[in-house]
Amino acid sequence: MDILFIIFIVAGLFFLIVAAIGVVRLPDVFSRSHAISLADSLGAFFLLVGIALHEGLGKNMLKILMVLALLYILNPVIAHATLRAALRSGLKPWQKETP
Amino acid sequence: MKTFLFCVLVLLAILIGAYLFRVLQGPTIFDRLLGHNGISTKAIILLIVMGVYFERVDMFIDISIGYALLNLVGALAVAKYLEQKGLP
Repeated sequence: MDILFIIFIVAGLFFLIVAAIGVVRLPDVFSRSHAISLADSLGAFFLLVGIALHEGLGKNMLKILMVLALLYILNPVIAHATLRAALRSGLKPWQKETP
Repeated sequence: MKTFLFCVLVLLAILIGAYLFRVLQGPTIFDRLLGHNGISTKAIILLIVMGVYFERVDMFIDISIGYALLNLVGALAVAKYLEQKGLP
């Protein structure tokens, strides 16, 4: 059980590190939202499921899965609303300029 | 096991720094809003890992549920406001 816990935690940390690199390096808000909403949610999934498996069946596992469901409902809605606001206020998506 | 969990905690705190850079630096307000969203997700995970570290998961889970409701619903309210009004 401990081996499974460590594997899940390390996989989650990998996705979170990739998301953080993307947040710092990517060029504009439309591409940065991919790093924040997609990679971040996957990392949170691995970390929380690993901790829930470590806790075992019971009340704590139910509460952790509730937090995970809350994150998975609210995170895409926030990213969608923010990007629609950005598009409506006239920001153009970044394009690599052709020589 | 304690050492591993402590390393995870320190790494998560360093990752919050990357999002904080984006909140301070971001050219538009939407960057700052997305950075706030990322920081609140990291804080929820940090609280739960801290609960495993101190072996008091039942207490820290309740704090993290409250934190998730406050921060994520606040970010959603700001995003919907900007969606209706456009840039101020």
